[in-house]
Amino acid sequence: MDEPQQNLWQFMSEQSDKLLNQTFQHLGLTFISLFLAVAIGLPLGILIARKRKLSGSVLAVAGILQTIPSIALLGFMIPLLGIGAKPAIVALLIYALLPIIRNTYTGIVGISSEVKEAAKAMGMSEMQILLKVELPIAMPVILAGIRTATVINVGVATLASYIAAGGLGEFIFGGISLNNTNMILAGAIPAALLAIILDALLAVIQKMDFKKFRKFLYAFPIVFLILGAFYLLPKAYGSSLTAGFTPEFMGRQDGDLGLKKEYGLKIHTIVISDAVMYKAAYEKKLDVISGYSTDGRLKAFDLTILKDDKGIFPPYYAAPIVRESSLKKFPDLESVLNLLSGKITDSIMTDLNYRTDYLKQTPERVAKDFLIKNDLYKSPRGGKNGVIRIGSKIFGEQYILAEMYRMLIQGNTDYDVATKTGLGGTKICFDALTNDQIDFYPEYTGTGLLVLLKPDPKIFKSITHDKDSTYQYVSKQFSEQFKIKWLKPIGFNNSYALMMRRKQSKDLAVISITTLQQYLDKN
Amino acid sequence: MIRLDQVSKSFKDTAAVKSVFFEVNEGENLILLGTSGCGKTTTLKMINRLIEPDEGKVTINGKNVANENPEILRRGIGYVMQNNGLFPHYTIGENIATVPQLLKWDKNKTQERTTELLSKLHLPADCISLFPHELSGGQQQRVGLARALVADPSVLLMDEPFGALDNVTRASIRKEFKALEELKRKTIVMVTHDVQEAFELADRICLMDKGEIIQIGTPQELLYHPINDFVNNFMESERITLEFKITTLKDLWNKLPDEQSSNAKTVDQQLSIWDTLNYFRSGVDKISFADDSGRQKSIDINTLNSAFISYQNLQQHG
Repeated sequence: MDEPQQNLWQFMSEQSDKLLNQTFQHLGLTFISLFLAVAIGLPLGILIARKRKLSGSVLAVAGILQTIPSIALLGFMIPLLGIGAKPAIVALLIYALLPIIRNTYTGIVGISSEVKEAAKAMGMSEMQILLKVELPIAMPVILAGIRTATVINVGVATLASYIAAGGLGEFIFGGISLNNTNMILAGAIPAALLAIILDALLAVIQKMDFKKFRKFLYAFPIVFLILGAFYLLPKAYGSSLTAGFTPEFMGRQDGDLGLKKEYGLKIHTIVISDAVMYKAAYEKKLDVISGYSTDGRLKAFDLTILKDDKGIFPPYYAAPIVRESSLKKFPDLESVLNLLSGKITDSIMTDLNYRTDYLKQTPERVAKDFLIKNDLYKSPRGGKNGVIRIGSKIFGEQYILAEMYRMLIQGNTDYDVATKTGLGGTKICFDALTNDQIDFYPEYTGTGLLVLLKPDPKIFKSITHDKDSTYQYVSKQFSEQFKIKWLKPIGFNNSYALMMRRKQSKDLAVISITTLQQYLDKN
Repeated sequence: MIRLDQVSKSFKDTAAVKSVFFEVNEGENLILLGTSGCGKTTTLKMINRLIEPDEGKVTINGKNVANENPEILRRGIGYVMQNNGLFPHYTIGENIATVPQLLKWDKNKTQERTTELLSKLHLPADCISLFPHELSGGQQQRVGLARALVADPSVLLMDEPFGALDNVTRASIRKEFKALEELKRKTIVMVTHDVQEAFELADRICLMDKGEIIQIGTPQELLYHPINDFVNNFMESERITLEFKITTLKDLWNKLPDEQSSNAKTVDQQLSIWDTLNYFRSGVDKISFADDSGRQKSIDINTLNSAFISYQNLQQHG
């Protein structure tokens, strides 16, 4: 097992620029937000220690904020603050608040009333009591809170990459999407080390002698600010337009790498999650995004696809992929799944996606409406003849397909269904399938080819020009390598595409990727 | 010097102190005595405005304390508390230097004064760099006293200063306290619930109950002329000890025969009968002492006893 380790090292040294940059961004995010959290949390903690009546409600609010899932919190931030550093810092700040407020409060309230009375009786003013007595005595407790907040922030900051704020999450989530273990580890190991090192450092400070500590205290905010400033350093490059690409797109041959190689595209790029990308483009935070050609938000946000005139995006025909062992175990399964084959075209899929993404209809309802319209819907038989486990990736289209398959199976067979939807990315979904955690999920030929098979460039070129040869190739390889069968394609091609706002595309006369590149070179 | 004029204080609906009036003369040691909850601590804390009275006024040297800046006022009044209230994050030196620091004293002056106090209070000089938790309870209490005395305030307020100590430590510190030259010039108001302590240390005792002053007077007045049963009952269980403790050889001068003896132990006329009896118990046969004009009298245990009994009769009935 020496080889993968070496590979990780190679990957890290190859990508050392990026790694260093991401690490600094990560530190920067952590400490800017920590600095702000201390600036807000400390006075708030002191305030509620003075006015105890407020303490219940303030701590409750901070506690509730803390329980909001980090991804959801980042999501809330986008309409308010857009994408990038601002919402990420605010979200991290919110997570750091509770431990800081609570520990400041507990630290001050815990000081014996005699000591406070003595300070008063000696003739100290309120401010002197706070600065000379209360804060120094409470400091170890307050520092413990800051320590907790730091570790939380290092962890949550990995999610900042979802909203284009950078950090080590770019590698972690990029790696998960791309099935690249080295990339995951290159992000995860430094992130874990950062957490451990910062925790240990703060533990040392916490245990420091009071006296040394008093002088050190003034250095504290300065150190925080310097570390925070790391974030601002690597921001020197730019171009007239800004692109927002998903972490997955960033690392793919048929993504950013292909754009650079085949088109020579040089554009200021930020990494962002699929969930917020379209909206950010609509709100003019981004100009070019890496979308999916059947995405409903294309219609909802009035975006247009730039023509891939050099054909770097291979076909992405969707089809269910099933464990061969499951097909044996459930003999009726294949024919039922094939009921959907050829039924959904690009425009139908875009419309279905539009209903869920924009009209906010549930995937269940969209799926049912579609099946009824196409005379495919049958009431569930309430089957007890074994359970089929359906997986799906974490975006709307996959949810809809998973729902349709569920209804088809329940209506046409005596099997029951368990859905495991929202598996975060190709790798997780595929690993679940090979490890017999699910029986099938809808996959795309292009993904199967590029993410899972990774053929050498020659084979790649020879098969991607044509959708059928791609399908033939993946279907053969999957059967041989993984004992997994590609069933008949559903019909639509959900390939990668670069998109712009329709109006901007018209204004700039950018209609294809080549014209985009020409525009960028000129401006 | 200190004067409380019809001072009252209530907490919510409970009256803690009701129209208290007393005066403390310069250099006098007034002890507020009473059971817990009688309002004695509240009364004490209204003197340096740790508690603000609802009614009445407190004056020190004729100045109404309500008109003064409370911080400046407190820096000029020594304050000793039951559980010493030392700052755990300050060294002994820094604790003692609290008020000088607030008064912005020169460092050398603070240093000199601290060293002086440490030796006066029988604290080891090297404890200056230790932290409070590294000292014994008795030592901590002495540091608390040093902190209150450092700026040489003319008024000293003490809230159960020996309350948290064990009996042995307590007795020895009390003795030191009595002997401390520095305290003799000060006007002291001290709170205690310990009757013996009050009688031993007080110039005058102010006995309180339910927020009111029941009787205020010298230990002799309280002991021999209690104004009511409450006062009487308060001291009843310790009456004999108290009588021995507050009576001095000087008080008995007139009752003692004119005897002189050459091989007698010489003591001061301020020695209490209690302590004199302790001498006899430890094997001394004869004790001699001199009055203000230098005349000598020698006594043994029998002459002391009969003189004390006739003194008591005089106090109670005469």
